[in-house]
Amino acid sequence: MIQDLIQFMLRHLWPLVFGVVIVAVLPLLAGYVVLMERKVMADMQARLGPMRVGPHGLLQPIADAVKLLMKEDITPDKADRWIFWLAPLISVTAAMAAYAAVPFGPVFQVADLNVGLLFITAVMSMGIFGIILGGWSSNSHYSLLGALRSSAQVISYETAVGFAIVSGLLLAGTLSMQKIVQAQAEQQVWFIFLAPVGFFLYLVGSIAETNRAPFDLPEAESELVAGYMTEYSGFRWAIYFLGEYAAMIMVSSIAVTLFLGGWMRPFPNVSWLGFLDFLPAVVTLGVAGYCFWRAPRQPVQIQKVVMALFGAGVLLVAGVLGWAASLPETMTERGGILGAFWFLLKVFSYIYGFMWVRFTFPRFRFDQLMRLGWHILIPLSIVNVVGIGTALVLAKQMHWPRWSAISLTTAVTLLIAAWLVHLELERTSPASGGAEA
Amino acid sequence: MSLDQIFFYFFGGIAILGAVLTVTRRNPVHSAVFLITALLATAGIFLLQRAEFLFAAQIILYVGGIMVLFIFVIMLVDIDVALRRVQFTRQRWVALLLALVLGAQVALALWMGRAGFRLPPARPASTEGNTELIGRVLFQSYMLPFEIASILLLVALVGAVMMAKRKT
Repeated sequence: MIQDLIQFMLRHLWPLVFGVVIVAVLPLLAGYVVLMERKVMADMQARLGPMRVGPHGLLQPIADAVKLLMKEDITPDKADRWIFWLAPLISVTAAMAAYAAVPFGPVFQVADLNVGLLFITAVMSMGIFGIILGGWSSNSHYSLLGALRSSAQVISYETAVGFAIVSGLLLAGTLSMQKIVQAQAEQQVWFIFLAPVGFFLYLVGSIAETNRAPFDLPEAESELVAGYMTEYSGFRWAIYFLGEYAAMIMVSSIAVTLFLGGWMRPFPNVSWLGFLDFLPAVVTLGVAGYCFWRAPRQPVQIQKVVMALFGAGVLLVAGVLGWAASLPETMTERGGILGAFWFLLKVFSYIYGFMWVRFTFPRFRFDQLMRLGWHILIPLSIVNVVGIGTALVLAKQMHWPRWSAISLTTAVTLLIAAWLVHLELERTSPASGGAEA
Repeated sequence: MSLDQIFFYFFGGIAILGAVLTVTRRNPVHSAVFLITALLATAGIFLLQRAEFLFAAQIILYVGGIMVLFIFVIMLVDIDVALRRVQFTRQRWVALLLALVLGAQVALALWMGRAGFRLPPARPASTEGNTELIGRVLFQSYMLPFEIASILLLVALVGAVMMAKRKT
């Protein structure tokens, strides 16, 4: 039995290593996404953001983690202790387990399941339990209301997101995450260009599913303090936060894999653009140079040292990326390392989009949120799936050129979208008497 | 014992434990959590049988869909603590008798079918994806029953909406 286990582990050595790497790096990554969010927010509001801990606040996430670890852990008196303890764990486990199927590169993936996308959707859908149970077990009105809002919202938008994913799946013809990326290489186009409406629906739906502004009703601080996590403090709160950001990186990874070409560089089939493979090294080299240039300009001695260390770290990454790009095409390391760079670059661009939306649009009202979901997004997502299916039939059975089929059905879908919005405006405008009561 | 067997007993044990705790807990939310555990363990057993699609469908439908609605409703219905303490099972002896009869029947059925426990060696799993196979079976071999079932569900759905609308 022990031998069985050892054999098993040896046979699956790399997946195990990848799993450990993901679980180890993800909290750090989530911490830096928080820092990125604060910096982007500061930039958009013409401030500096965190500047004190480390040069330009670069060590802020670590300081925050240590602070949260040492804070007092409070359990409310009348809370359901057992579930209060369980809820944050569900939230973070669900988000982390989903990473098992994410392809960070052609080889850097824990398992290429043949139901990969379905697995991710399934595991992610369990994260809602963390929110509901956490809100219920706190025995507080704010928490309960936040949990109710959140579950209503996630259930409503899951349908639209599911259909948006289906529109991408129809084009790929497979559920395996690796094969979805390969399908985009073979068809020589990112699926965002074939299913723009599907991508838009996924973008809106994924913002709502991760409970982020402008759909952050579950934690609207002006109404509900902090929604379902009002009663949480210290490290449990940090675990909730980690789960939330892990889920955010996760939905971005799905979007990148399904619509934005996954780990492939732009134009992977155009050979004269091969120099793009050296772009990662050049970009990171530039970042490292900037770090070294800024290092002597830091105000304090320790910050100079830390900044130089950061530069050295980035230089190391640049070296690895350059080495990978100079390897022959057939080596798996080459695709793996460069793939990870492009994948993370795309994921972070998507997250930047999330933040941009967050700091641009005001928060929705709850009835507006529900109406947007049920009256516009869900019907539109169904129409979109039918449209993509029709285009595929036209292209495959009737031998239409693919692009004309796709543009025809997309145009029809957009017309229907305009009609839905028109209906909605008519229904709610005060002039027509409106259904508002 | 092979690794597969260990996992089977692990998931099986969790499923049974979860099911028992589901019916014995007094707090309905705790019951729901244990029911989720049992359903997840069942999904694990599906995965051991190389039925990936069923595994994912089990989690999406039962855990992610139905159980969320269950908990939603349980949370909204504030069950009085005193009411929870009241015993509403008065027919203990009748229940015991029935349980014994049922147990005897199950034991008899198992005993008579004991030849079936020795399974032939499993066929190697098909290389084709599970999802494709299920799709082909549902939409080609059993197209008509499948469509009838979906129309039935649609009727139930419309009926539920109509009944919910009439009250308000």
